[in-house]
Amino acid sequence: MLSHLPLFPEQASTVAKDVDALFFFLCAVSAFFAALIAVLLVVFAVRYRRRSATDRPHAIEGALALELVWTIIPFGIAMVMFVWGASVFVRLQRPPDNALQVFAVGKQWMWKLQHIEGQREINELHVPVGRPVKVTMTSEDVIHSFYVPAFRIKQDAIPGRYTATWFEATKPGTYHLFCAEYCGTQHSGMIGSVIVMEPADYEGWLSGGVKQSLVSAGETLFQQLGCVTCHSGESGARGPALDGLFGKKVQMQSGDTIVVDEAYVRDSILNPQAKIVAGYQPIMPTFKGLVSEEGLLQLIAYLKGLGVGDQGPVRQESHS
Amino acid sequence: MEPRTHYLNADYGIRSWLLTVDHKRIALLYLASITLMFFLGGVFALLIRLELLTPAGDLVTADTYNKLFTMHGIVMIFFFLVPSIPAVLGNFLIPIMIGARDLAFPRLNLLSWYIYVVGALFTLFAMVTGGVDTGWTFYTPFSTTASNTNVIPTALGVFITGFSSILTGLNFIVTIHRMRAPGLTWFRLPLFIWAHYATSIIMILGTPVIAITVLLVGIERAFHLGIFDPALGGDPILFQHLFWFYSHPAVYIMILPGMGVISELIACFSRKRVFGYGFVAISSLAIALLGFLVWAHHMFVTGMSVYAALIFSFLSFAVAIPSAVKVFNWTATLYKGSVSFEAPMLYALGFIGLFTIGGLTGLFLASIGVDVHVTDTYFVVAHFHYIMVGGAIMAYLGGLHFWWPKISGRLYPETLAKIAAVILFIGFNLTFFPQFVLGYLGMPRRYYAYPAEFQVLNVMSTAGASILGIGYLLPMLYFLWSLRYGAIATANPWQAVGLEWQTPSPPPTENFATTPVVTHEAYDYESFAFEAAQEVPVV
Repeated sequence: MLSHLPLFPEQASTVAKDVDALFFFLCAVSAFFAALIAVLLVVFAVRYRRRSATDRPHAIEGALALELVWTIIPFGIAMVMFVWGASVFVRLQRPPDNALQVFAVGKQWMWKLQHIEGQREINELHVPVGRPVKVTMTSEDVIHSFYVPAFRIKQDAIPGRYTATWFEATKPGTYHLFCAEYCGTQHSGMIGSVIVMEPADYEGWLSGGVKQSLVSAGETLFQQLGCVTCHSGESGARGPALDGLFGKKVQMQSGDTIVVDEAYVRDSILNPQAKIVAGYQPIMPTFKGLVSEEGLLQLIAYLKGLGVGDQGPVRQESHS
Repeated sequence: MEPRTHYLNADYGIRSWLLTVDHKRIALLYLASITLMFFLGGVFALLIRLELLTPAGDLVTADTYNKLFTMHGIVMIFFFLVPSIPAVLGNFLIPIMIGARDLAFPRLNLLSWYIYVVGALFTLFAMVTGGVDTGWTFYTPFSTTASNTNVIPTALGVFITGFSSILTGLNFIVTIHRMRAPGLTWFRLPLFIWAHYATSIIMILGTPVIAITVLLVGIERAFHLGIFDPALGGDPILFQHLFWFYSHPAVYIMILPGMGVISELIACFSRKRVFGYGFVAISSLAIALLGFLVWAHHMFVTGMSVYAALIFSFLSFAVAIPSAVKVFNWTATLYKGSVSFEAPMLYALGFIGLFTIGGLTGLFLASIGVDVHVTDTYFVVAHFHYIMVGGAIMAYLGGLHFWWPKISGRLYPETLAKIAAVILFIGFNLTFFPQFVLGYLGMPRRYYAYPAEFQVLNVMSTAGASILGIGYLLPMLYFLWSLRYGAIATANPWQAVGLEWQTPSPPPTENFATTPVVTHEAYDYESFAFEAAQEVPVV
């Protein structure tokens, strides 16, 4: 049975070794202080044990120097932990620009995953080894949390919001994908796998049975929902043109400027009256109930795609 | 010998207890009710551990399991850990330790107990009529829209109990300010009093926030106003901010009084003033205040801004420092002391060991890069049990043993008590240490079934839990036994300083025949007259 006693998780992403290095440092510091306290307690307790009922102690009030030393040294060590932990975290928060895009929707009790190329999976995520993958996620119902222990990443998927995490897998294999935020009766059944493949295998998998890329699925939806009738791109149209809009700053009627990001697009589809672009009437109807979380992700992918075309890079800023 | 009149025999009958305004009797009312809740919470814990013996969920259904861990959390936190030391030991000891006849508001004190009981009954009602499955954290939108269990009555129970906590805190603060005996200046106060003073500040400032929060959950659930539900324009993360703004400081409500108890025990059984008394006193206040600034370290993976995460990480490290200072001070107190090893001291030493491990693993969680991996896993479960169970309950039991002769007028069986302390220490570590490993391996918390590779560690943990259960049962039994068969206690069986030992055991209703005048610093063991002849009777 002892052969079934794992003591350390598999290390299968580029950040895993960074997290583990900090973890080992924390373990070493903790072991040192725990041992120090334990040894001192035992030594003092034995050395100064009461020998007679009238035994009298030596009065010691305190020692300012000692107090300062054992306040300042732990504070210094804590600051090392803080800075180190912060730098690992910042890295976890910054996906590389060339990351593959994957979208995840949590739902009681499954993970629905879509690749930008169009593959859709339930509770399985195929990714290539050695390529950064950015997972943008939301939830259809309650809060879930996207957790791959072998990659040392975790990110809550929150209804009404988009959050993201990223990883770069370092070795092929199958790894647990857990839901880490309690989400109801079958919480512990909300388990999937991340399947890391060699790039060639991944290309093969990707080309098998693709129907429609996420962008073209978004385009289809854009037509079906009739968005194009107002957002036609012609001057004088009832809605603003959307080409090249994603990632730009836009002036609102209220005078604020807003960056067109995932959250703003989502908001504009579900609650269009809330933030009106300057120069347009508040006439757009809500599409709440008409478009699913996955559909929203497809529309977002489509709008992002529009930005890349002849309008230049997505993140180009225009100052209005 | 003529039977002496004391608070226990001053009056008879059920009415004399239910209508008492004597802080000592009210402490015993609390003792009885929270012991019952601890027992309930413990039974839930054992069922949870039994379910986790095997990877498949085969003992109870998933639904039942979720209700079990929810009730375990709610009962243990709101109805046991938060009131335990303040309401039992604090209630009994604060007036006696400062030389007062009672708390400042005796009737309010009785009312606090009734409020506690009503809150507990509400929650128990919710439990027997279907249970609740949200987890003790009540996270939205699960609790407001998805759960189809008794969220509202449970939340109402927590809401009601909150008032008990607020009133107790208020009572303590006024009492400590206004009713100290002549000569008992602030820096002559026992550290137990300092700890309760700091705790009371948190109770008064923090508890209203949780009360409002659970009320909002109830309102949202009943009327769907869109406070927390994103489908209605609400913000689910807002709930977490409100919830942790209380619930993180609440950890200090549980552990600060425990630190106060440990300071008393270490001083008495080393016969020394606590090393760096001033630092230890002030660190209680520092912990209470800094404790309010770290709540969002429970939320690093919710997608908060990087800058917010950095600030909360930094402050979390800052709050660890005063705790570390206390551990060093206790250790240094033993140096050149006169150390003896009665059961309360064993509990105190056990506390230091477990609290040290709990505190050090807190650094792992404050360190955001590692927190991302271990949050919401068994690592967190192990960490907070080390603090709240290993720390708070060890201190509570240590304190109960120490002051049992004062409370009951009887001595508990010393050998049995030592054995129980050792069993508890071993059982505790066997239960919770494997969970650190489980957590780093990636086992998420609140899973009723789990992948097979996690089984061995879970079996170890469950085995430990059964040992721990025996360790908790033993004191319950021998304390009861001692009430009738224990040796009669003298006024000061430990030869301790402190006003509570200058009045008979058990004390008279008015605590002191004449108001004591304090002329010494706290823990003045140098000038204490140890009587070689006065044996400490050991049963």
